[in-house]
Amino acid sequence: MAELTRREFLKISGATLAASSLVVLGFTPQQALAEVREFKLARATETRNTCPYCSVACGVLMYSLGDKAKNAKPSIFHIEGDPDHPVNRGTLCPKGASLVDFIHSQSRLRHPEYRAPRAKEWQRISWDEAFDKIARLLKQDRDANFIAKTSDGLTVNRWLTTGMLAASASSNETAYLTHKVMRGLGMLAFDNQARV
Amino acid sequence: MTNHWVDIKNADIVLIMGGNAAEAHPCGFKWVIEAKAHNKAKLIVVDPRFTRSASVADLYVPIRPGTDIAFLGGVINYLLSNDAIQHEYVANYTDFTFVVREDFAFNDGLYSGYDATKGKYDRTSWDYERGKDGFVVTDPSLKHPRCVYNLLKQHYARYTPELVERACGSPKDKFLEVCKLMASTATPTRAATIMYALGWTQHSIGSQMIRTGAMLQLLLGNIGVAGGGMNALRGHSNIQGLTDLGLMSNLLPGYLTLPNQAEQDYSAYIAARAQKPLRPNQMSYWQNYNKFYVSLMKAWWGAAATAENSWGYDFLPKLDKPYDMLQAYELMNDGKMNGYICQGFNPLASAPNKAKMTAAFSKLKFMVSMDPLATETAEFWKNHGEFNDVDPEKIETEVFRLPTTCFAEEDGTLVNSGRWLQWHWKGAEPPGDAKSDIAIIAEIYTRLKRLYSEEGGAYPDPVVKLSWAYVHPTSPTPEEVAREYSGKALADVLDPKDPTKVIRKAGEQLAGFAELRDDGSTLSGCWIFCGAWSEAGNLMARRDNSDPTGIGQTRNWAWSWPANRRVLYNRASCDPAGKPWNPARSLVSWNGKAWGGADTPDFKADEDPAQGMGPFIMNPEGVARFFARAAMAEGPFPEHYEPFESPLDHNPLNPKEPRAVQNPAARIFKKDREALGKADAFPCVATTYRLTEHFHFWTKHVRLNAITQPEQFVEIGEVHAKELGVRAGDRVKVSSNRGFIRAVAVVTKRIKPLSIEGKPVHTVGIPIHWGFTGAAKPGFLANTLTPVVGDGNTQTPEFKAFLVKVERV
Repeated sequence: MAELTRREFLKISGATLAASSLVVLGFTPQQALAEVREFKLARATETRNTCPYCSVACGVLMYSLGDKAKNAKPSIFHIEGDPDHPVNRGTLCPKGASLVDFIHSQSRLRHPEYRAPRAKEWQRISWDEAFDKIARLLKQDRDANFIAKTSDGLTVNRWLTTGMLAASASSNETAYLTHKVMRGLGMLAFDNQARV
Repeated sequence: MTNHWVDIKNADIVLIMGGNAAEAHPCGFKWVIEAKAHNKAKLIVVDPRFTRSASVADLYVPIRPGTDIAFLGGVINYLLSNDAIQHEYVANYTDFTFVVREDFAFNDGLYSGYDATKGKYDRTSWDYERGKDGFVVTDPSLKHPRCVYNLLKQHYARYTPELVERACGSPKDKFLEVCKLMASTATPTRAATIMYALGWTQHSIGSQMIRTGAMLQLLLGNIGVAGGGMNALRGHSNIQGLTDLGLMSNLLPGYLTLPNQAEQDYSAYIAARAQKPLRPNQMSYWQNYNKFYVSLMKAWWGAAATAENSWGYDFLPKLDKPYDMLQAYELMNDGKMNGYICQGFNPLASAPNKAKMTAAFSKLKFMVSMDPLATETAEFWKNHGEFNDVDPEKIETEVFRLPTTCFAEEDGTLVNSGRWLQWHWKGAEPPGDAKSDIAIIAEIYTRLKRLYSEEGGAYPDPVVKLSWAYVHPTSPTPEEVAREYSGKALADVLDPKDPTKVIRKAGEQLAGFAELRDDGSTLSGCWIFCGAWSEAGNLMARRDNSDPTGIGQTRNWAWSWPANRRVLYNRASCDPAGKPWNPARSLVSWNGKAWGGADTPDFKADEDPAQGMGPFIMNPEGVARFFARAAMAEGPFPEHYEPFESPLDHNPLNPKEPRAVQNPAARIFKKDREALGKADAFPCVATTYRLTEHFHFWTKHVRLNAITQPEQFVEIGEVHAKELGVRAGDRVKVSSNRGFIRAVAVVTKRIKPLSIEGKPVHTVGIPIHWGFTGAAKPGFLANTLTPVVGDGNTQTPEFKAFLVKVERV
């Protein structure tokens, strides 16, 4: 035990022994380096994102474990404000400061589910089955109720019997693609949260 | 926001009204504190409750929910009567001098052209008078009795301080203090900003409340300047982006509008929107509408959009009436809809009158919910005791619940309130089998395309011909989609001044909307986002936060629409000659040859100010409008009307006209009107709102937030509580004519009874955050109580002023 860093020394000293008593026993480190416990964020992967709640759009730094190796699944364990961000300058509100619990909420949905008519509970369903069923329902409804022309001969090409609400927290890319598809189908009862 | 969050630091006066930024937008509110600390700004808060925003205000004034136009109209009257307006600004940059048609009239709360049976106006008379040259007649002397200035003065002369006190319950002396503080910004070197949120939008006259605020700002010369503006504090992270991208029943991306069914002719559709200037030498930028439209249609339908088929004009559905949410739920409740898709949206909790929503959803054949969280909407059919007392066996609706990624698990952009498009990066995989919304939409679309290709069906063309050239058709990448909405050249784009010169080669990303063409040679899915991803790369991902002028523009941080412009209408920050009104807070200026400065000029870059082009380049007038012409459903000047559920049986401004008690042009369905309550049974005014610890109906799923605010409560004032015999912590039942909730009573000094037309009126505060799913204690959806009536223009429901009664349980 000729050479000890201060950190190793404190490790040895443990919880019950006071460092001073070790010094009395002669176990002094040769060099007492001023070093704090290694910061666990130092080994985490940092990813930049923005808060999904209000429209201040605070910059956030998300820290995940996993080194981006193919077989390592990253998991975010800490989120804090991005000090470089011109608006929030590193700060977060009580909502933004709790974001990590949103990602890991017990209410996160994990699998596609289906509720049959009159059923009291959900049942698991595969993605393929869900997509096939939904596409078929949409087509059936559109084919049965699409209005190409009004009774007085105006071309209107609209579909009114199915509607959609889009999310005010989804990305521009999601929103743009969703709009493209739904208008392509001729849907008019199509709105987003801006109406509320 | 016309301006942006950091710019608030430049304000001399901050008026927060119809919002509570300290609690709902805490990290943005920091810039108000910055303005107070370093710019000696004064903060005014006008709110029914003494909020945390009010707690740090220099002046707090209480107001009865729903009477903001009465209050602001009173401020306008004060400014005009005391001549506290920025003369050079209003004379040159607004329609003050414009003469209005002779047949325009306003009597007892009703404008000319009202049809009481239809509940609508014929708006023909709401327009300017035209001269022989086709332009609007103006009177620079302001003496013409029908010039906008005189009509405005006449209209708001009725909004006296005494009227404000009677209608709003705001003490006259406090109201006059607000007037004086606002008036202090009529000088060219002082600026006031107005910050508002759903406290203005969620009213049957919400759009007009916002207009009144904007008019106040125009009178003071506060639009287009640093530290000024009309700043909507949008409630959700990308509600701005979804609106910009046109995900509304009547819109297309970039505020283009869907055709009405009467518009069968494509060129007439364009002509109606490509408005010609109403005054000489005005830009009237919407004259470029066709370029935006053709570029959109090329983005959506590619080669199938041709000059021969009017760029796919028939592919677009044509409207016969509005199909907003409230209309959709009415149709659903009448059994006229079969399917509904909810993408990250929880309408059972967010839409008015839960009982109606449950009945409407129960009549659907199928519902698809896409969400990262277990929402109430997806379980509308499931019995959750008293919080959702339904019988599943009687509900036939098939429901699909599809798990999606959340923000941390995807790349992409959101648009913040200040119009910044900021790229964000994925940090982890989603839980379980969850998929991104893009992948879900793409999977459903590719299946539909296959079904329509194989089997045919109703009008398959727009479905099978939709442009879908993504590398992986079932999972387009956010990068591919972003490049598409920004836009690229499909053929070489030539310089209009010199056709031998190619300004953009085929295949290149466009630098901005000035490069868009109407001949099919460009595509751009959203013209106002054009240039976000240029040949220089993804500008939305920029992270240079330097601010060389110190005015807070950070123009190399992300990208803001339009054209990376940070303050809209910034030409108006200069005098008519092009010199900044306030050299200490200069945004742009004219150097004799060109416009430039700390911001992208909102103007023609080389336009000599001597030519008289106005700063409001999107308006055909070139100037801002006090007189809205036919743009608003209920009239060209905002007028106060009572909420649809009001403690008063008359309108204090127009006591003799029974048709002008509520908004005469609002749409309300028969059964929803029957479900309105009256003040004799429901004597208290209720208003809903957010708490700082929660975000809508999401954070009750988040453990830490569920711990900080675990249980549903309502706020009632001390005087009110005493009358009811309720002590703090007692449970109370709050009922409207549509249902009831039970919650813990928080008895507070922050809400005081107001004296309205001589009688005391209590306000009840109803935070919205609880429901029957999540980690917090289960509660009642607040929208069990709210009425189904929307703003006359936007159909945003009236959540901020309705009637309830409170009882001890």
